[in-house]
Amino acid sequence: MAEKVLMKGNEALAEAAIMAGCRHYFGYPITPQTEIAAYMAKRMPVIGGTFLQAESEIAAINMIYGAAAAGKRAMTSSSSPGIALKSEGISYLAGSDLPALIINVQRGGPGLGGIQPSQSDYFQSTKSAGHGDFKLIVLAPASVQEMVDLTFKGFDLADKYRMPAMLLSDGTMGQMMEPVSLEMGEVKEYDKSSWAACGTKCERKHNVVNSLFIQPEELERYNFERYERYAQIEANEVMYDEYKMEDAEICIVAYGVAARVSQNAIDKAREAGIKVGMIRPITLWPFPKAVLNAAADKVKAFISVELSMGQMIEDVELAIRCKKPVLLCNRVGGMIPTTEDVLNSINKANSVGGDK
Amino acid sequence: MTHEILLAGFGGQGILFSGKFLAYDGLLEDKEVSWLPSYGPEMRGGTCNCSIILSDTKIGSPIVSNPNVLVAMNLPSLDKFEASAVPGAKIFVDSSLIDRKVERDDVEVYYIPATKLASDENLPGLANMIMIGHVIAKAGVMPYENVETTMKKLVPAKKQNLIELNIKAVELGYNY
Repeated sequence: MAEKVLMKGNEALAEAAIMAGCRHYFGYPITPQTEIAAYMAKRMPVIGGTFLQAESEIAAINMIYGAAAAGKRAMTSSSSPGIALKSEGISYLAGSDLPALIINVQRGGPGLGGIQPSQSDYFQSTKSAGHGDFKLIVLAPASVQEMVDLTFKGFDLADKYRMPAMLLSDGTMGQMMEPVSLEMGEVKEYDKSSWAACGTKCERKHNVVNSLFIQPEELERYNFERYERYAQIEANEVMYDEYKMEDAEICIVAYGVAARVSQNAIDKAREAGIKVGMIRPITLWPFPKAVLNAAADKVKAFISVELSMGQMIEDVELAIRCKKPVLLCNRVGGMIPTTEDVLNSINKANSVGGDK
Repeated sequence: MTHEILLAGFGGQGILFSGKFLAYDGLLEDKEVSWLPSYGPEMRGGTCNCSIILSDTKIGSPIVSNPNVLVAMNLPSLDKFEASAVPGAKIFVDSSLIDRKVERDDVEVYYIPATKLASDENLPGLANMIMIGHVIAKAGVMPYENVETTMKKLVPAKKQNLIELNIKAVELGYNY
């Protein structure tokens, strides 16, 4: 077991990106993720990488496009309003089949919102991170260790499927410190020579990185091909964690900080004899539909605990084909549900969830 | 055994640093640890607080909403958090900055004039560590013999001169 260090989520994530081979970081400061940029500013020059504070979020995401087009591992980070600004560039990355990692340390919205933790960008990241038909792989860490592990994983998946991936975190995960191991496996190298604009040495035809396809037949073909790849991802890359689900009669679905709070509530509810467990999606896209649908045949009710007005709950209802009631337990605007809030919902689910 | 600790005061008192000290000890003892700062706009001149959990079991929420150890280093912090402490909690009050008493009678209260002691003993800005010393003595959140090792781990090498002063402050609070 590697020696553990105590690090802030944002800094641990930045170090993990460097260990994953990222040598190009472009960003623009915004609370609560600025530590990522600050860490990169300190480290990148030392290790021969590039740190650049762009003039705006839009510029930063287009720099990512450039680095990714050249076949390099590149990362940008921001928080909710900043991600909205990047959405055009994210769509271009998807349309050009470019791998990159985008970090969203979410804060409350809409608009400029607040700076406290939130999960209200669920729809944005899983359904519509930009215009056009495309998906992002969306990873949701629930600890500082997962900030590290999923950053590493995010780069790998992005390269493997040639598409942008997003780490969807929140202010709590970014700001908190926990013991973390920075020992990661080998960085898997992917051969990018067939598509990257990384120099022909006058030995081959140019690779063209582009998202403009004016012939509808051609554009349609690219879209279909891309969705075949998405189908493979849905079949192979779903990640989730289960907590006390063996005998559960109520199933909480929560990710990130909401899952951490839910764990406390589950322990307390079990002391009172209520059999409750949790399925924690680690990939929000692909969403763990099958395991939820299977759980729907065993439990009497679900509770979606989230820091939004009820976004993930729609995916839960779809996944379980509305077979069982799904309650919403939520706080928004930078507020976080307390253990008691979740306990109240558990009690409610325990009393109303009986009718099948 | 789980310690849910809330340290609160105003920006500049070293609240986050003293929290880190406890968190680092937890790391060295191979405990489950979480450290979560408040990072709201209130940090600029207003209240600043920090949640630390030290536990033998996996930590759920890193947010301490009902502390069993509360350290209040200014009046707004005591006003804000006194009611949230669990019954039986240990509340530590910097009595040189807070002139009221804790109103609850279901908690154990320790008054220590940490800010005044810091200035009397020529330990500028170290009231936070005096408080922590007292917390170690009365709440047993970490073994006293770990103080030196933990401090050396936490304070960067180029600030070695601060280690001795910090240890002295912890010692002062511990023996108060």
